Amino acid sequence: MENLVEIKDVSFAYDVRPVLTGINMTVPRGRLVSIMGLSGCGKTTLLRLIGGSLRPHKGAVRVAGRVIHELTQDELYEMRRKMGMLFQFGALFTDLSAFDNVAFQMREHTGLPESMIHDLVTMKLHAVGLRGAQHLMPSELSGGMARRVALARAIALDPMLILYDEPFTGLDPISMGVISDLIRHLNEALGATSIVVTHDVQETLKIVDYVYFMSQGVVVTQGTPDEIRRSETPFVHQFVWGEMDGPMPFHYPGSTYARDLALEAAHA
Amino acid sequence: MPERIVHNLRGIGHQVVNGVWRLGYASRFFLLTLLRSATSFRRFRLTTKEIYFAGVLSLIIIIVSGLFVGMVLGLQGYETLQKYGSSEAVGTLVALSLTRELGPVVAALLFASRAGSAMTAEIGLMKATEQISAMEMMAVDPIARVIGPRFWGGVISMPLLAAMFSAVGVFGGYLITVVLIGVDEGAFWSQMQSAVDFRQDIVNGVIKSVVFGVAVTAIALFEGYDAPPTAEGVSGATTRTVVTSSLAILGLDFVLTAFMFTGV
Repeated sequence: MENLVEIKDVSFAYDVRPVLTGINMTVPRGRLVSIMGLSGCGKTTLLRLIGGSLRPHKGAVRVAGRVIHELTQDELYEMRRKMGMLFQFGALFTDLSAFDNVAFQMREHTGLPESMIHDLVTMKLHAVGLRGAQHLMPSELSGGMARRVALARAIALDPMLILYDEPFTGLDPISMGVISDLIRHLNEALGATSIVVTHDVQETLKIVDYVYFMSQGVVVTQGTPDEIRRSETPFVHQFVWGEMDGPMPFHYPGSTYARDLALEAAHA
Repeated sequence: MPERIVHNLRGIGHQVVNGVWRLGYASRFFLLTLLRSATSFRRFRLTTKEIYFAGVLSLIIIIVSGLFVGMVLGLQGYETLQKYGSSEAVGTLVALSLTRELGPVVAALLFASRAGSAMTAEIGLMKATEQISAMEMMAVDPIARVIGPRFWGGVISMPLLAAMFSAVGVFGGYLITVVLIGVDEGAFWSQMQSAVDFRQDIVNGVIKSVVFGVAVTAIALFEGYDAPPTAEGVSGATTRTVVTSSLAILGLDFVLTAFMFTGV
């Protein structure tokens, strides 16, 4: 199967702090792939590299055969028209209604008449179950509803690639189930390819085709959801089953507890 | 001791390099705003909306302030001029003070506090809530779509607000000196009419207010766009907008006045 996204030997650092080191990944067309790992392990940075918001210091990210960081501004914008992105908290435009948020890209990039935009937006909102909430402003939407409107906005132009940045963060179990079902369903219905960056293991393993596990800027393991569940890699096992003890220590590295409480000097 | 000196020198160097870098970034931002302004005019509806937010919603503070400044000018002017037996010239004093200086300067200071700070907070919060990033990911240039219309909205609003400030100020002066104190109405208006020169006073005042509009709006938008995406970052950027804009207005006013009215 042809790869839509190819990440080859990518390294990236913020100033001198390395975030990603020698990352290799492939995402075949039509697949739903997840990138998992602890907060701060470089997942969102990787998503931004795929979207072209950041440039890798080494290696290359290819989308549909094009090296993203070599594109001109116009070419990058042309590529982004074929991508949709769902941000962590939706990032809806607060001065626009749910309807206008979904219509935003259509009005910016297509010369479609308003009547057709109305029909298309209604269809997108219907797909996420919020046709009746189209007149509401973002401040009137619950967290789950805002995320669904943002999802409708992300698929407004029927993208070939959909990027999800922590789509389940801060959602109640029902909303989480709805969003995960929509992610799977929309990927199939649109014939798109999706990349889900998340640390919600159980919800994600139900819907994705393949998983990359990251830790401290490198891919530590990869496989299908079943392989991940059965993984004996200590970090993956700790992560998947939410164990407190394991390779990831509970305490942030620092000086000894006794020294911080000035007990060492007292004993001496 | 030498280590401390080196540390301090390094701190100063860091501040200077940071300042120069930020100035360069601000200049680039300003140039990009001008270059990508086509959207603001092609889709003038976006700019009209910003004229409403920056201009129309600032009218109350501008009108009330203008009225009081004019009334104070009338009182102070009458008090001083009557000592020299020329209290009828109070109309001239009020009008010249307002059109040349106080109209553009005070209106710009009020504009910076009311509309400038609001622009910075809005853009800063759009950045903090990833709305700017979302726009970029949707292949829509935020400089063209968000910054451009706000810039031109501010630049168009500022001279209109300054004109409104001066007009209401003159009316305030009239209320105090003619209606309340009893200065001759004919002398008030006729002396004003003969002393105020359209090109020298009115046009120069308008030029000042346009320059202030460009400065305040550019500073407000840059501070918002460059704000760290945190509550503290947005709050700091809003404060910097008011402080930097106020200093820029007063500094530019001195330079413009030197060129316009003293032949320097």
